[in-house]
Amino acid sequence: MKYLHLLGSNLRRKKLRTSLTLLSIVMAFILFGYLAAIRVGLNAGVDVAGADRLFVRHRVSIAQLLPESYRARMERIPGVARATHATWFGGIYQDPKNFFPQMPVDPEPFLELYPEYILPPDQRRAWLHARTGAIVGRTTADRFGWRIGDRIPIQATIWTKRDGSRTWEFDLVGIYDGAARGTDTTQMFFRYDYFEETRLFGKGQVGWFNVRVRDPEESAEVARRIDAEFANSSYETKAETEKAFLQGWARQIGDIGTIIKAILSAVFFTILLVAGNTMAQSVRERTGELGVLKAMGFTNGQMLGLVLAESCFLSGLGGALGLTAAWGLIGAGDPTQGALAVFYLPHRDLLTGLGLALALGLVTGAMPALQAMRLRIADALRKT
Amino acid sequence: MTSAPPNAPPTPPPNGPLVEVREVEKFYRRGTETVHVLDGIELEVQAGEFLALMGPSGSGKSTLLNLIGGLDRPTRGTVRVADKRIDRLSDRQLAAWRSRHIGFVFQLYNLMPVLTAERNVELPLLLTRLSRAQRRRHVQLALHVVGLAHRTRHFPPQLSGGEQQRVGIARAIVTDPTVLLCDEPTGDLDRKSGDEVLDLLQALNREFGKTIIMVTHDPHASARASRTVHLFKGQILAEAPL
Repeated sequence: MKYLHLLGSNLRRKKLRTSLTLLSIVMAFILFGYLAAIRVGLNAGVDVAGADRLFVRHRVSIAQLLPESYRARMERIPGVARATHATWFGGIYQDPKNFFPQMPVDPEPFLELYPEYILPPDQRRAWLHARTGAIVGRTTADRFGWRIGDRIPIQATIWTKRDGSRTWEFDLVGIYDGAARGTDTTQMFFRYDYFEETRLFGKGQVGWFNVRVRDPEESAEVARRIDAEFANSSYETKAETEKAFLQGWARQIGDIGTIIKAILSAVFFTILLVAGNTMAQSVRERTGELGVLKAMGFTNGQMLGLVLAESCFLSGLGGALGLTAAWGLIGAGDPTQGALAVFYLPHRDLLTGLGLALALGLVTGAMPALQAMRLRIADALRKT
Repeated sequence: MTSAPPNAPPTPPPNGPLVEVREVEKFYRRGTETVHVLDGIELEVQAGEFLALMGPSGSGKSTLLNLIGGLDRPTRGTVRVADKRIDRLSDRQLAAWRSRHIGFVFQLYNLMPVLTAERNVELPLLLTRLSRAQRRRHVQLALHVVGLAHRTRHFPPQLSGGEQQRVGIARAIVTDPTVLLCDEPTGDLDRKSGDEVLDLLQALNREFGKTIIMVTHDPHASARASRTVHLFKGQILAEAPL
């Protein structure tokens, strides 16, 4: 503590240089926070995917439909506890930029398979009783200011109604919250029976199945049994764990983790050079003063510690400010206006960021600190 | 300034001389060439003495001061200060020893421009176990002794050269060291300021009994010392007691 004013004074020595270096570190950590949140958004659901759930789609593509009758057959397969289905609706609310997913589902088995969607009991009952009822996640409800009882018109892009119109109207009967922070609360679910009787085509067909297995250890075997059950039929299936499906979905736009690591590596390498140069220059300018400190009796270890503390303080402060700013900006909302189902900075990444800031301080301070430690007093005093 | 050093038990008075330099040689290698800086130096300084080391540039006086202050080690010979042979101490031991026994005054003051006068004077006390309040008391006393009690919050660039050197002296005496080593303390000052600094050093020697070894090539400055030793080409030529 007694050395704090010494550290502070040294950092205030060249205010502009310190400020610019600090700013560059802050910007790097804002970028770090944002990219971490984007990674979470693009991997939406992977972290909270049910370990006991399988995703079953058409073997060719998810765009190909499967017969709804498969559900009963799946539930007879050994190892399957429950099956339900969903279909991509792909509607537009007022404007195409107001994107959010909508899906018709069978309410009871759906809510049983997805306990992470928290719906109050009265709203659950209302959904089971209202044929045109729909539930929506908190994020989307807040985004559009919807309240229970609102009538929501959705313009279909795929599913024309029997009467030839494309405007589907739903009664909002429930707003669900996510059990975990990474739970997607942007989606809207409405009843399959209403969808089935109202749509013009595709009767008796659904987009995919969600299956709960009795024992997660047997997921791979149950998936193999499901695919075998429907092999050589007109609608062959591809079953896989929900996590594997979501990871594969995310990889459609590339290996997000590698892309983000590459960007961050480039950014932090640049910051390493900037901050490292600042520290090296700062120590070089103070050679005489460091010599005086050693002459007074400061040990080599203390000199090493002082310089390292200075660089760690600078990068730690920059890291903390950057992560705090990122936290605030990310909390203000998803910059893509809803394209990312979840958008937040996980605590794990915050801690990683702080660790990175400390490591940055140690690495940038290492060389100047060693120079200060090895400084020969007589040589240093001659340079004053 | 007669109180005990703040960071160590009082050093008992040595049996013999306070500073004892025996058969000291110092040489550097510059490429294939060996440069002899000091050659067979024999020197004794008694406790309470004010010694001036004089000589032209390159005569080895600053190197000798560095050896006595534990900033450097001799190539051969022994250096003993307050009954402690310092030429055999490790870097760490030397650092601890310097913090207890040596106060340095430099030609260019070597103050930290980003610290106030009191913070500069406090620096050696950071190596002690003194509390903040105790450090403050020592700092105030040292600044009072050098006549700068009213300039505590000033930064070095806001002080004149003479005042900066007096802050440097306050920093050197704040731990009440065994020996005060001054390297050309008036070399960067005008005559008036230089005289004030010399008055102060003389007062520290006479009134507080400080042992002072001062390097200078100014006869006017050396005249204030109780004894003058002349060096030439790394050897002691003559002594001129007053």
